[in-house]
Amino acid sequence: MRMLRVGRWITAIALVLLAGVYVRALVYTPVEQSQGLAQKIFYLHVPAAIWAETAMLLVGVASIVYLFLKDPRLDRFAAASAEVGTIFAAIVLTTGPIWGKPIWGTWWSWDARLTFTLFLFLLYVGYLLLRGAIADPAARARFAAVLGICGMCLVPFIHFSVYMFRTLHPMPIVLKPSAPSLPGSMLLTWLLSLGVFTLLYVGFVVQRYALSYLNEQLEAAGGELGHA
Amino acid sequence: MLLAEGLRHSFGSVRALDDVSFTVQPGQTLAVFGPNGAGKTTLLKVLAGLIQPQHGRAHVEGGRRAIGWIGHQPQLYAQLTVGENLRFWASLYDAQPPVDLLSRLGLEEHANRPVRALSRGLVQRVAIARALVHDPRVLLLDEPFTGLDRTAAESFGRLLGQHAAAGRAAVLVTHNVEEGTGLATDVAFMRAGRFVHLAPRSGRDATDIAAAYRRAIGGAVA
Amino acid sequence: MPDWLRHAWRVTRKDLVVEFRSRTAILSAATFVVLVLVVFNFGRDPTAVSAVDLAPSILWVTFTFAAILALNRAFQLELENQALDGLLLAPIGRGSIYLGKLLANLIFVAAIELLGVPLFAVFFNVPVLPYAAPLAAVIALATVGFVAVGTLFSAMTVRTRFAELLLPVLLLPFMIPPLIGAVLATSRLLAGRPLSEITGWLNMLAAYDIVFVALALLLFPATVNE
Repeated sequence: MRMLRVGRWITAIALVLLAGVYVRALVYTPVEQSQGLAQKIFYLHVPAAIWAETAMLLVGVASIVYLFLKDPRLDRFAAASAEVGTIFAAIVLTTGPIWGKPIWGTWWSWDARLTFTLFLFLLYVGYLLLRGAIADPAARARFAAVLGICGMCLVPFIHFSVYMFRTLHPMPIVLKPSAPSLPGSMLLTWLLSLGVFTLLYVGFVVQRYALSYLNEQLEAAGGELGHA
Repeated sequence: MLLAEGLRHSFGSVRALDDVSFTVQPGQTLAVFGPNGAGKTTLLKVLAGLIQPQHGRAHVEGGRRAIGWIGHQPQLYAQLTVGENLRFWASLYDAQPPVDLLSRLGLEEHANRPVRALSRGLVQRVAIARALVHDPRVLLLDEPFTGLDRTAAESFGRLLGQHAAAGRAAVLVTHNVEEGTGLATDVAFMRAGRFVHLAPRSGRDATDIAAAYRRAIGGAVA
Repeated sequence: MPDWLRHAWRVTRKDLVVEFRSRTAILSAATFVVLVLVVFNFGRDPTAVSAVDLAPSILWVTFTFAAILALNRAFQLELENQALDGLLLAPIGRGSIYLGKLLANLIFVAAIELLGVPLFAVFFNVPVLPYAAPLAAVIALATVGFVAVGTLFSAMTVRTRFAELLLPVLLLPFMIPPLIGAVLATSRLLAGRPLSEITGWLNMLAAYDIVFVALALLLFPATVNE
């Protein structure tokens, strides 16, 4: 199917570009003074975190529209976005401790941002488990949409409550209201990395979407055979 | 009193309703016969408004308040007594259960027993009483004879007769031609979501209907 | 009383009568609360950690798990004989059905909490009485939020395989904000800190309640309509 091929190509290009960004990050971008080499993980960690959260937002928006239009394409997109969001959250949860060990001296510190991502990850896992537990496609889509909308609305509350705990995390250095405090070449590398992760998100979602479409076609064909 | 217009509905790739249209007038009882999986229960759920059909429309005069439903499941709370169940369901319609309801179904001495302690046949009789608590003008019946013994089936038949005589309507779906025919003024055969036959009963008895049903649906199913 | 509220109350009253008849759920939840409080008391080293430091977390962990016991049974009851179809057929709004179930669950959880707090005060030697009013407010604000979400989710999970397991898995991330808020507010209260220190948390709890009760009322029809 064409869509699946397109998705594979986008993902392949994104992965090549990711390698390119890392060559740039390791070879051409200056080493950050206080953190040393460990800071290099930041080019992977922060874009993944941004897309892990954005994916949940997109699940919620697609779910709202689904409940109005009942278009199965929206449900397929929500499912794809949730799966990709789960992977990205897992990347954040792995790279975070790898960075934290040399810098904070501990793998896991209950830092607000990592804790937030952990809860986001658990939310995704619940969403995917709920989808897996329902056989009827229409009920699955409706229930998943309800959970997706609730999940989207939960995100700010988790943000708020984990931030009321004191945080160890480096404060936002890119997206802050005043001018970014990152040296120019690091900022450029980071922006490139964010672009690559956007492409990765799109590539993964397109593939996942195409696969679940094919799966549904297969199920439908099986259903017809079964009733003939 | 009850109208179905071009109803279509599918579950995934399975077509449960395929262009079903009919009307039921006051005093009419439409019996829909069909094998399992023909879409009979879906039809009733669409008429009751429990399922929004993907195409077409269903209309019941008086809306939800006018509908009485008897389904596969009794829709009763097992821990509550017969009387409590009936009072609860009537209260949702802002009504009181009619005083003679229990006696008409032979349930007087069971009023204070919890539903969980009743036999299957008695539970089905309570389920019928439950459907009648708000004096509905349209009855939707899904295999209502399941679990009823001969006497209970006869008294239920009499109840339906009174219902029709009072100028009210009913739609009855069942796979059992023998039991359904006696009550029907109109007969439909359903197969794979379609009405393959729809006509007044006009004097045909159960044997005639059963023969017509076998011809329409195919011998294997009957 | 407006119609929607009267209908909701009828559903609530029916749930409470059913619960009162069997009493299994309330008795097991109450036993559970007692057991957890006792076990936790033996599970800590009294010389290392003082009771007051640990007590608020223990109280809230106990309440949340007891609430999940209650929530699991809420819609089980409606599916047993397809009574839910009867409710959906009746001329009452979907919102009234949800509200009725929510109210019954809240009364159930409140009963458990009413038993839990005095036991907690005695077992952990925590002075609760001087802070009774603000503590009640914290408990009420936190409970309404997660029971509202739990009632909505249990309407979905009862129709899946592994319902008893799936509900806590779905619900726990949603319990995080009320739980964190309630634990911190409770510990500040019991430490005798001024009320002004917890207004931030109380506001968050109130916002959570408003958002999720409204959301649940809007979304509930999607969990029962075919």
